[in-house]
Amino acid sequence: MKPRHKRFALVGGGLAVLGIAAALVLNAFQSNLVFFFTPTQIAAGEAPKGKAFRIGGLVKEGSLKRQSDGLTLQFIVTDTAKEFPVAYTGILPDLFREGKGVVAQGKLDDNGLFVASEVLAKHDENYMPPEAQHAVDEAQKAQKTVVAN
Amino acid sequence: MSNRIINWFRFSSPQTFYPLAGKMIPWFWALAALFGIAGLYISFFVAPTDAQQGEGYRIIFVHVPASWMSMFIYLVMAFWAALGLGFNTRLSGMMASALAPTGALMAFLSLWTGALWGKPMWGTWWVWDARLTSELILFFLYLGFIALQSAIDDARRADKAGAVLALVGVVNIPIIYFSVKWWNTLHQGASVSLTRSPSMAQTMLWGMLLMALAFWMYAIAVALIRLRAIILERERHAGWVEALNEVKS
Repeated sequence: MKPRHKRFALVGGGLAVLGIAAALVLNAFQSNLVFFFTPTQIAAGEAPKGKAFRIGGLVKEGSLKRQSDGLTLQFIVTDTAKEFPVAYTGILPDLFREGKGVVAQGKLDDNGLFVASEVLAKHDENYMPPEAQHAVDEAQKAQKTVVAN
Repeated sequence: MSNRIINWFRFSSPQTFYPLAGKMIPWFWALAALFGIAGLYISFFVAPTDAQQGEGYRIIFVHVPASWMSMFIYLVMAFWAALGLGFNTRLSGMMASALAPTGALMAFLSLWTGALWGKPMWGTWWVWDARLTSELILFFLYLGFIALQSAIDDARRADKAGAVLALVGVVNIPIIYFSVKWWNTLHQGASVSLTRSPSMAQTMLWGMLLMALAFWMYAIAVALIRLRAIILERERHAGWVEALNEVKS
């Protein structure tokens, strides 16, 4: 084995060991690396209790209710399996829409109401012109009526 | 047979690579300008408005190419670092040092444009989610690499120390790339990947790819300029450098 083969073997071996170490560490920290908990996870008791955490999911269609002061509002976060009501006082990001993604930080009170101190919009990775979006919406609506029939 | 194969090792000598790099630089500048103009034209005038984000999404044409390049340059840097450690060639270490500042610039651009994008769309400049945090670590890795190399006076030893750091940091690249898949993050998933068709309109995709090519060509051009400066600095006592026209005058 030439010295340079030995050096390459060392570099390769080092990288392999490092990769395994990183994989093990990340695996161990798995639960700490999540940015938010889904309603299903919270219902299963995986979210920290009595501490602030983030809930993430979709804003349920038709669930957004504003109080008369215009700032206090309530909506339902759903992952289509489980859902939680969220209360928030403040300004919503522009991309906050019913049926779209949301991540809220706050605490779960005793009645199962999530009191949020911050609400962020989570958008998806799809980019398309409004006409295409319109076509997609129409197609989905058509599909729904077919299923309903 | 063997005389038909290009002897690539010939170019691992700074003396042969210096003039070659000089000849290549204008071509990469020209390509960068060409792709840049085409990319910007498509980005601003051809690509349609996004249905969700309106005109604000157009920052993607800088954000995504910068992010791609920040990861890609690191991989190239680590490749040269490994080659330098293995073959003990001088040029490899110089290549890695020449790439680092451009990589750091790309990582910074990615973070900065990401913050500018995050504020109006998500509602926050910054969150500590896995994607953003790992990209920040990448930025610090570049800075650490530059700092470590400049802290060691002996150039060959600086190259070796830098190479080890670059190789250790390479584990971060798959973490950045797959962070949006492995963990739930505020950052959305990849719109473009090798495994499935892109989830964006054709013209938007073209704008983004052309901008990425422009960034790529720019990165090569400035890295080669920096490489030539490093070669001159390190080989200043060599006879061939003293014989150069630009040095004599």
